[in-house]
Amino acid sequence: MIALSDYLIFGAVLFTISMAGIFLNRKNIIILLMSIELLLLAVNTNFVAFSYYLNDVTGQIFVFFILTVAAAEAAIGLAIIVLVFRNRKSINVDDLDSLKG
Amino acid sequence: MTFLEFIFYVLATIASISALMMISVKNPVKAALWLVLSFIATAGVWLTAQAEFLGLVLILVYVGALMVLFLFVVMMLDINVSQIKEKFASYLPIGILTSIAVFIILYMVVGPGHFGLEKYLPPEPFSAGYSNTEALAIPLYTEHAYAFILAAVLLLVGIVAAITLTLRRQSTTMVLYQDIDKQVKTNAKDRFKMVKMDAVVEHDIPKVEEDK
Repeated sequence: MIALSDYLIFGAVLFTISMAGIFLNRKNIIILLMSIELLLLAVNTNFVAFSYYLNDVTGQIFVFFILTVAAAEAAIGLAIIVLVFRNRKSINVDDLDSLKG
Repeated sequence: MTFLEFIFYVLATIASISALMMISVKNPVKAALWLVLSFIATAGVWLTAQAEFLGLVLILVYVGALMVLFLFVVMMLDINVSQIKEKFASYLPIGILTSIAVFIILYMVVGPGHFGLEKYLPPEPFSAGYSNTEALAIPLYTEHAYAFILAAVLLLVGIVAAITLTLRRQSTTMVLYQDIDKQVKTNAKDRFKMVKMDAVVEHDIPKVEEDK
């Protein structure tokens, strides 16, 4: 039998890996966006597991809405990347310092 | 170890390894493909938790639409890979250290101590006629109808934002664009003028001979 903790640890592993991806790939915006997608997936796994073990379908409905928000966010993020690349001819994070932050 | 357990561990291992590959490969195209494998394996894990509808939606929406969009953008942009990976090694120790620390904390919270088999028994498997899609759809359209409409509006906002951001204004084409300032400032006088003139007959009207 699969324990609830197995699902939660799987979610934690995915969450940790994608967090490490955000730390390690700070120069590549596209891999940063992919890591955020994986982060959301890890959280969704927790929702699905709890929904299964507590016998409550609301968790799965929440996952449905998170998927919607993630899709919209990824589409806008990619549009911004395309726009930045069109203006600066580069998506290297180091080149994007015109705000002098 | 039951067969279901075996499937779960195999899929979880595939998902974790492909996630590791995703964050460590140089080429963004390969990273996107590893992410696709990770999504598919995770969809399998969701299927073992009897979330059939969401597992299939994950494959259809994420792998079918979103990752194709990622691949499209990655291939369209000309990315200098060697420049991107310059400082990869310098962040490696602190990144791994932080990640391991976070994982240990998460393990202490969600590990077998709190959510093990003796605390939460797996529920009875559903009967053969059970439909996960139906169980998901009925509360979605009744209890959560407002959230559902809000999600639709959010997607519309996403469409409008993505199109507006990437729309390229070209003066060379014959496309007519709206200019809100000009449109607001116009008066009826500027765009409509009454002209008094005599009637001009361009062609002679042939006279019809009446029968006598």
